[in-house]
Amino acid sequence: MAIVDNIGTALSGSGGSVILTSVDKLVGWSRGQSLWAFPMGTACCAMELIAASFNKFDFDRLGTFPRPDPRHTDVMILAGTITEKMKPAVKLLYDQMPEPKWVVAMGNCTVSGGIFYYDTYSVVRGADTFLPVDVYIAGCPPRPESLQDGIIQLRELVKEESIAPGKRHERKMVLPREGAADGDVQ
Amino acid sequence: MTTHDVRHHLAGLSPELCARVSDHFDDVMIEVPSENVLQTARELLEIGFDRLGMVTAVDRGDEFEMVYRITSRSLSCSAFVKARVSRVEPSVASLVPVWPAANWQEREVWDLFGIDFTGHPDMRRILLPEEWPGWPLRKDYDDPNVIRRPDYI
Repeated sequence: MAIVDNIGTALSGSGGSVILTSVDKLVGWSRGQSLWAFPMGTACCAMELIAASFNKFDFDRLGTFPRPDPRHTDVMILAGTITEKMKPAVKLLYDQMPEPKWVVAMGNCTVSGGIFYYDTYSVVRGADTFLPVDVYIAGCPPRPESLQDGIIQLRELVKEESIAPGKRHERKMVLPREGAADGDVQ
Repeated sequence: MTTHDVRHHLAGLSPELCARVSDHFDDVMIEVPSENVLQTARELLEIGFDRLGMVTAVDRGDEFEMVYRITSRSLSCSAFVKARVSRVEPSVASLVPVWPAANWQEREVWDLFGIDFTGHPDMRRILLPEEWPGWPLRKDYDDPNVIRRPDYI
């Protein structure tokens, strides 16, 4: 754990007002504290995403609040079923987000296709078939607490990111699961 | 004008416009030869059916059945209009000139059943990507990408 995680304790201890830490730790910590989210709400999970933002659950206290413009945001929260028709739009919006960027797949539909995995012709079976997903949150739909827990877990990933160009944490594009297209389970 | 009067009026029309008129609970059921749908629709608008609520189709196996649900605010009455369409190159006249609300609804029927609407101003797919092969709501539709649900679930 970096010293910046407990900055209050560190400053109140004996010594002075000087803290020594690496730039990467400081930047990673501050990025993690203000993950602005792009709410890609395509179906009913968006209701829980909206509930998470408002006063009962108050996403803002974690530094996360929704922005309507992908160019302002760090993390794309995919909430809801992604259809074949919607897929190019989601990809386009993801491409518009500035680096560094992260993706949270919220709900069973974005994780795997969910209840639409079988017998459906129009639904994408999992967002990881075309986007590099960092955090998966199961549930149909997940509670706002689960989403907040997902964001807190995402912070750990954000902290690993280095600002040095050569040391970038490369997130590999997850390939479509084997047999997802032709794996007839009959 | 009551529902009874509406039915009576429609029964007086020529059989080319109204092949059969019957009751369907509180509604009037009108069966029309598919080539005369547009004329019948004009006639229905004339007597006060000013709102088109729904356009859909049913795959009856050997042919398709177009279903329109129309209501009238002035008559406090609603009606179903049905027309049988051939399965080979299915085509029926667009009702957009009569009820503009038919625009997107007919596009949806085109998208999922492949029934062509002649005279439609913007006949292209609405729910599926433009290059989608086939018509998903037809009974004989088969998509190789669909994963069938196994028996044990």
